[in-house]
Amino acid sequence: MKIEILGTGCSKCKALFENTKTAVADEKLFAQIEKVEDMQKIMEYSVMSTPALVVDGVIKSTGKLLTAQEIATLLKN
Amino acid sequence: MFNYWEKFVDYLVYNLMKLDKAEHLSQALHFFIFDTIKIFILLIGIIFVVSYLRTWFNLEKVRAYLQGKSEFTGNILASIFGIITPFCTCSAIPLFLGFLQARIPLGVTFSFLISAPLNNEIAIAMLFSLFGWKITAIYIGFGLLVSIIGGFVIGKLKMEKYILLDIQPIDGCCENPSITMNNKERAKEAFSYTMDIFKKIYLYVVLGVAVGAFIHGYIPTDFIAKYTGGDAWYAVPLSVVLGIPMYASAAGVMPLVEVLTSKGMLLGSALSFMMAVTALSLPEAMILKRLLHTKLIATFFLIIGSGIIIIGYIFNTIL
Repeated sequence: MKIEILGTGCSKCKALFENTKTAVADEKLFAQIEKVEDMQKIMEYSVMSTPALVVDGVIKSTGKLLTAQEIATLLKN
Repeated sequence: MFNYWEKFVDYLVYNLMKLDKAEHLSQALHFFIFDTIKIFILLIGIIFVVSYLRTWFNLEKVRAYLQGKSEFTGNILASIFGIITPFCTCSAIPLFLGFLQARIPLGVTFSFLISAPLNNEIAIAMLFSLFGWKITAIYIGFGLLVSIIGGFVIGKLKMEKYILLDIQPIDGCCENPSITMNNKERAKEAFSYTMDIFKKIYLYVVLGVAVGAFIHGYIPTDFIAKYTGGDAWYAVPLSVVLGIPMYASAAGVMPLVEVLTSKGMLLGSALSFMMAVTALSLPEAMILKRLLHTKLIATFFLIIGSGIIIIGYIFNTIL
């Protein structure tokens, strides 16, 4: 599983990154977590509001700071 | 609406604390207690309502709606959307690019970019609680005018070549998950957003009101009127220049402005100042520098600045 956090480096993006790490650890998942800060790459996903959570290339959430629990639920589905 | 609250503060300061009504200190204290709580209540109320309504909107929908609209209509619509969409400096860039990717003209995109911070819910809530609905309506009306005309002019200048990133157009729209929420979830989200904002700005409000209370209680009216009430030609541009670095503290600046106007500062200069505080921000310019040539950013600032200055003059003349 490849999880990407898209964001331009604002505080919400950092928090989402941390929460994602927590969620992955809690669920004992095997995942590669990556922070994407390059504008060109974010543009390719055509995301309009950051932070965004992308799992295996699919946009799961945009513009929201999810809690670790919410992320865990998303990852399990 | 706040009559009872005022009576209570009267009772608290003049009866319970036994302070003399004629004293500077008691006047300042009364003003401080009354205003802080009033602003807090209105601020939380208005931001909550706006963010609750906002859960029905998303930017992707706005973008789809703006696609393919003719230029001037697009400017008007984008400016109106700017009122209801949330705006923080961290969402500005993806949003800007997302609009351009959908082939929305640069000018229309700029209309949105001007309107979103200018007509943000914090500014509107503060204005409403300090100056009442008339001034708030005037502020929003002129704010729309500046964003429509400003965006239109930028569009006419053909500055597309100053965008530093290469924009890959996308057709149709995105396969973003449409999140459906029930009312309880909407309210919950709106509440958490409101609290986020409140935590960020409450200190500024307290500070602003404290300084305002001091001016209110201790500084004589003639003094303020003498320095800010004159219709010297430089009053308005000076207000605008002073407003640029004060971006983060819009919520703290407004209570001050309210006190100054009640003591004789001209309303036009005050409005220009507040618009400059909200619309022209250095941090935003810094972020935009990553994707736009300095020439375009400078043009953007100049056009908005001139628009705000003109509004200030119009006001000082007619009021």
